[in-house]
Amino acid sequence: MGKHRIFALPRPGLRWLPVWQRNFLVWRKLAIPSVLGNLADPLIYMLGLGYGLGGLLPQVSGISYVSFLAAGTIVSSTMNAATFEALYSAFSRMHVQKTWEAILNTPLSLDHVLTGELVWAASKSLLSGLAILVVVAALGLTTSLLALWVIPVIFLTGLAFAAMGLIVCALAPSYDFFMYYFTLFITPMLLVSGVFFPADQFDQLPAAVQAIAAGLPLAHAVLLARPLLLGEVPANASVHVAALLTIAILAFIAATVLTRRRLLK
Amino acid sequence: MAALNPGEALSVTGLRKSYDGNEVVAGIDFKVSPGTCFGLLGPNGAGKTTTLRCCLGLTTPDAGRITLRGYAIPEQAEAARERVGVVPQFDNIDPDFTVAENLMVYGRYFGIKAATIRARIPGLLEFAGLGGKEKARIQTLSGGMKRRLTLARALVNEPDIIFLDEPTTGLDPQARHLIWERLKQLTARGKTLILTTHFMDEAERLCDRLAVLDHGRLVTEGAPRELIAAHIEPQVVEVFGDDAAAWARSRNTLGERLEIAGDTAFFYCRDTTPLLTALAEEPTLRYMHRAASLEDVFIKLTGRELRD
Repeated sequence: MGKHRIFALPRPGLRWLPVWQRNFLVWRKLAIPSVLGNLADPLIYMLGLGYGLGGLLPQVSGISYVSFLAAGTIVSSTMNAATFEALYSAFSRMHVQKTWEAILNTPLSLDHVLTGELVWAASKSLLSGLAILVVVAALGLTTSLLALWVIPVIFLTGLAFAAMGLIVCALAPSYDFFMYYFTLFITPMLLVSGVFFPADQFDQLPAAVQAIAAGLPLAHAVLLARPLLLGEVPANASVHVAALLTIAILAFIAATVLTRRRLLK
Repeated sequence: MAALNPGEALSVTGLRKSYDGNEVVAGIDFKVSPGTCFGLLGPNGAGKTTTLRCCLGLTTPDAGRITLRGYAIPEQAEAARERVGVVPQFDNIDPDFTVAENLMVYGRYFGIKAATIRARIPGLLEFAGLGGKEKARIQTLSGGMKRRLTLARALVNEPDIIFLDEPTTGLDPQARHLIWERLKQLTARGKTLILTTHFMDEAERLCDRLAVLDHGRLVTEGAPRELIAAHIEPQVVEVFGDDAAAWARSRNTLGERLEIAGDTAFFYCRDTTPLLTALAEEPTLRYMHRAASLEDVFIKLTGRELRD
């Protein structure tokens, strides 16, 4: 592919829908174990830590620990679902099964394929986050109708992590490569973004590190989801939404350019 | 988008493509008329697959002009591919689906309505010799069946032009013959076929015209019979045995041309009578007398040394 075509902005168009449909059709065959798997693990952590560890703790940020943990569990479970789909599943389709190669012989372009994968990974993560939200509501950990606004927050979080995951997918020589992304990015982010404890626990860290931590996508997602579950309008909501949206867009542009370089040489 | 050049199914002019300073396609020109079968022949690494990728708009050439179904490639490749089918070198059937689901999902990429695809599936499977296999899982199919499913998938959008990249590599003779028979049916229905192969019998059987590609350049182009007549003597006698090479060298005037490869001597002749008379007096030598084939042309033009 010529340089100007490699670096052109993505042209998502509307033809990506059959790519989404393809993934949905595969998922439907394995829907029940998939949903159970996505739901069980985060719930065990949330309930185990929330009531177990929470029993030892005084209130955290003015609420019970399990209520505090609920928002973090929803967004981290969204993050995991989107990341796994954009890493392992997308890589299988791109590199192992050559599904994308087959699609590129049809009128669809690589931009359509990537848009379909992006929206699919975000859709799957929406289901993951939504399932936890339903349990959280059923346990009475949230009672406000404002909690419904968590649903678009989940989808936006899913888009941001799916787009970042597609960058890693474009760069990966093999499945082993993904371990770096988890160890160097996802896991540290999980600890500094206010999922398990308030992010200001790190206030003794240098200001630069705190600034980076505050800019992480998971931190923005937590700061949106937690107040909404408690029935409050998040402070600086537009800043957090804009940050997640910007991350999603920039990451998707980067993923598109990198994948074109990989596949359309 | 307007069709630029409706006269040709595919037209390639001055095509060049390099990877890391290595020129894989070094300036080639050819045209394919609608309703014909065109073969792109060449040893491994000759540039066949890169040429096909350029023609489909999957990679941008460094230089040259391509039109496919009258559309400029790569600029209008997506529109051109609406009525193009592709059988890739390596099967990439979706392993998560059944046979029928593969056709349904693939048809949707072309924007075809589900009901239309559903109506086409039985005919496609019948054509591919996969009747009754709608619900079969991909893992249960043999290599030949997967290949035939790939062919059926390439026809789901009722293409005018079908690209086939080494369609019978790795298949047993029964499976190859079935594929050949189906490809002939497709040309009989007016489809244009563009295939790459390194099986000369396949090219000779199927292609109306063919081009031999080597080191990124077209070495020759024409109808199979024309190429044999133009490049090679009509008769070949292969002589084998321990002393065959030495014996042949001492009698190299018995044929127009002599080639020696290992223990085998190849005599290329117009009249074989003197050679066959001489061989009749050599009970220790075995030989085979045959008509010249496309393979002899191919070897003459591309040499005998192995390619990676």
